[in-house]
Amino acid sequence: MSDLTNLSLAEAAKGLEKKEFSSLEITKAHIEQIEKLDDGLNCYITRTPEIALKQAAESDKRRASGKAGYLEGCPIGIKDLFCTDGVQTTAASKILEGFKPQYESTVTAKLFADGAVMLGKLNLDEFAMGSSNTTSAYGNVISPWKRNDGSNADLTPGGSSGGSAAAVSARLCLAATGTDTGGSIRQPAAFCGIAGIKPTYGRVSRWGVVAFASSLDQAGSFGRNLEDAAMLLKSMSGFDPKDSTCADKPVPDFAAALKQSPKGLKVGIPKEYRVEGMPKEIEDIWQKGIDWLKAEGAEIVDVSLPHTKYGLPVYYIIAPAECSSNLARYDGVRYGLRVDGKDLNETYEKTRAAGFGDEVKRRIMVGSYVLSAGYYDAYYIKAQKVRRLILNDFLEAYKQCDVILAPSTPSAAFAIGENEDDPIKMYLNDVFTVTVNLAGLPGLSVPAGINEQGLPLGLQLIGRPWDEETIIRAGGAIERAANFTAIPSLLKAKKAA
Amino acid sequence: MAYTLKGETGEWEVVIGMEVHAQVTANSKLFSGASATFGAEPNTQVSMVDAAMPGMLPVLNKYCVEQAVRTGLGLNAAINTYSVFERKNYFYPDLPQGYQISQFLHPIVGKGVIEIDLPDGSTKEIGVTRLHLEQDAGKSLHDQHPTKSFVDLNRSGCALMEIVSEPDIRGPEEAAAYLSKLRMILRYLGTCDGNMEEGSMRADVNVSVRKFGAELGTRCEIKNVNSVKAVQQAIEYEARRQIEIIEGGGSIKQETRLWDPNKMETRSMRSKEEAHDYRYFPDPDLLPLELDPKWIAEIKATLPELPDQKKHRFMKDYGLPLYDATVLIAERSRADYYESAANSNDPKLIANWVLNELLALLNKDNKDITESPVKASQLGGLIALISDNTISGKIAKDVFAEMYATGQDAAHIVETKGLKQVTDTGAIEKVIDAVIAANPDNVAAYRSGKDKLFGFFVGQVLKETGGKANPGMVNDLLKKKLS
Repeated sequence: MSDLTNLSLAEAAKGLEKKEFSSLEITKAHIEQIEKLDDGLNCYITRTPEIALKQAAESDKRRASGKAGYLEGCPIGIKDLFCTDGVQTTAASKILEGFKPQYESTVTAKLFADGAVMLGKLNLDEFAMGSSNTTSAYGNVISPWKRNDGSNADLTPGGSSGGSAAAVSARLCLAATGTDTGGSIRQPAAFCGIAGIKPTYGRVSRWGVVAFASSLDQAGSFGRNLEDAAMLLKSMSGFDPKDSTCADKPVPDFAAALKQSPKGLKVGIPKEYRVEGMPKEIEDIWQKGIDWLKAEGAEIVDVSLPHTKYGLPVYYIIAPAECSSNLARYDGVRYGLRVDGKDLNETYEKTRAAGFGDEVKRRIMVGSYVLSAGYYDAYYIKAQKVRRLILNDFLEAYKQCDVILAPSTPSAAFAIGENEDDPIKMYLNDVFTVTVNLAGLPGLSVPAGINEQGLPLGLQLIGRPWDEETIIRAGGAIERAANFTAIPSLLKAKKAA
Repeated sequence: MAYTLKGETGEWEVVIGMEVHAQVTANSKLFSGASATFGAEPNTQVSMVDAAMPGMLPVLNKYCVEQAVRTGLGLNAAINTYSVFERKNYFYPDLPQGYQISQFLHPIVGKGVIEIDLPDGSTKEIGVTRLHLEQDAGKSLHDQHPTKSFVDLNRSGCALMEIVSEPDIRGPEEAAAYLSKLRMILRYLGTCDGNMEEGSMRADVNVSVRKFGAELGTRCEIKNVNSVKAVQQAIEYEARRQIEIIEGGGSIKQETRLWDPNKMETRSMRSKEEAHDYRYFPDPDLLPLELDPKWIAEIKATLPELPDQKKHRFMKDYGLPLYDATVLIAERSRADYYESAANSNDPKLIANWVLNELLALLNKDNKDITESPVKASQLGGLIALISDNTISGKIAKDVFAEMYATGQDAAHIVETKGLKQVTDTGAIEKVIDAVIAANPDNVAAYRSGKDKLFGFFVGQVLKETGGKANPGMVNDLLKKKLS
């Protein structure tokens, strides 16, 4: 039965519809896979097999009575940044250990309404701050992929949605939710050889998602192919009056865009993304992507995004500024961790000192600094102005092209422990992704190939606001051309065994 | 007439600016659907948003915005079609989010003006700098337990309007007049109940002193002044304190001070150096607030007549003196009461009855005019009986007392108690004859020139008729019979 975990989400949905297997069966298969592999991978912070089995049984009943939803019976994983009613939600932080929300995030509520089954809550960087999933207070996630050089070094699945990407890649769920504030869906998708979509800011409700940087945070989806990611995204999307930044726009059938050829599409290649010291394998995969799209009839145009180089500095002012304020509520007064001190201030200090990890503290300090009197104009206001210029760059580029093609990451997955000595080096991981969040645009990463070390490489497609369909359409062409069939080393090893 | 304080070096001018926090009258909070009513059990009106649970987001309450716009229009102020909610960051247990959502650089209402009424009958314009919307904090209770503090979040997230005045106020009387007028306008508009005891209106007072004609002095902000009287006391104390320091060769430090109503003094709370850095920045959970001028015009069209307009109209249309008009318009409900009673009656007489009789009884019973047992139409009915000579003014007072006690109509009371004025000449003559017959000595004395005894005869006749004889007719007939 374990081959049920190898099905794509779309295939599983079809199989369930045809009653080739039940939700209970495919859910059990995934629970077994989690039990087998996750002690080693640490993808799930909280496993919820009882809930999954209960939901699966209910789903099978609904199916029997002819009331099947869009994702009816499909077992998926939820990034532990989405609040789930009665189920521990930690944001991978000690400060929220044991916290059980009394409400369901809009995203999970929508997924459940469509019949999805929750296998558990997936690991991430603490409060989604990180690019390697090593800042989690619940231990880092280990990628199911290994280099083929015999080094056997544990690799990072990327971050912050590392648990989601690794779990989808290792068949610990059919698909998973993620969030992307500066690349937290696209980078781990690329590292784990799966597809990840970060939609336009405002496409998916943020209500019930633990906030990191409100103006940048956007929930999205992971699947082992674009169709799966598109299906999950469709279920998650849509207007929510409880989120003032969520747009009242109709939700298209994202997966349908995959059927369209990229013929006639103008694909922009931003020259500023050819950063110095870019590994040849990244340059090569980018060129392959260009060639594939050209071969399918797309037109390649050179575009310029001149403010790209300011993306990271701007991001590392705005994101910490918002986080410093968003995380003020974790004060030990009402929920989560409290470490009592001799007075109120000491209780605050001790609680937050014990509850937050180093990276979170670093960002709170940076954020408080850039918002403080005397520095606000020089940092925060300036950053907001540059942010606008970054958006203008894209809007200008979209006068010449329909979609932009770029690498997802500046390298393949690195080993755990690498880049840990220097936060700036870690931040550079997001060089190709942060501008998309700053501009609020839709972006996706699709697996495009394998490097010499046997590790996946991803390509990124960036679209106009609200035009997820065009990036999915172009991404689909790359997916077909790349014909990415590699499976994680871990699964290969299991197969061989 | 300017208010001055005399120091050792001469006369000092006291310069005051006020920041008033007025709780918006609304059913629910500024950014959540929780109830915003006062007086519920602690922590029973708290939504997940108010408690700042993870992932919760604010959604702006349109009605609160409408109330702020209405208030701005009532203060003759510019309404800003573009305003921005910002976060004011600080830690305190009664501030669950760790920040207050407020407005900073772009408030919803700009410059306006309030005309205040001074005791000498003159008026003065006080500039309003701005009005902005913000969230209220919860309440910390430090006196419930020997070692613990409790937090009540019912108030957390309720909408406040912060109304900032220009430093145009001079002295405690003007400050009191400003607060009273602002309160009156808010109550007329229905945008704040103005209840200082319940904390739905709170004032911070900025006080500085200077010699006349000099530059503005350094100001101190006084917090915790919770009544009009406390505002006056705090200003006077603070101004004298500052004068003493300056005249003693010292200088005023800009600081925040706390009014202690028991010791009747202000004391330092925190210096400028200790002031919080609130790290204001636009709230990324909320879009800038853009108002449609058409919507503003619609609100403007529904504005009620405001106190000053009403006062002038009462003086012009009903011929009331300034004092009567001022007292009648002090409460919108009082003015409404007066007006519906005055509609078809002698408006000056009605004003007298409302001001002298009705308000006295209501005050004694601590009742609002809306709770008056005598409805406006009933008072009108009573006055009509006076006007058409059915009853005398004297009887009317008894009838009114009966109406107040029972809620019955004047006509009904007059009818059942037989209080109708006697206007039958024959009947009055009969009584007069009897009185004359019973008092031959006084009749003789009157006729011999003791004119003053006329009053005695009037009194006797009225007494015999139970006060019901028409006094005018009694006069006429008596004169005839005694001549």
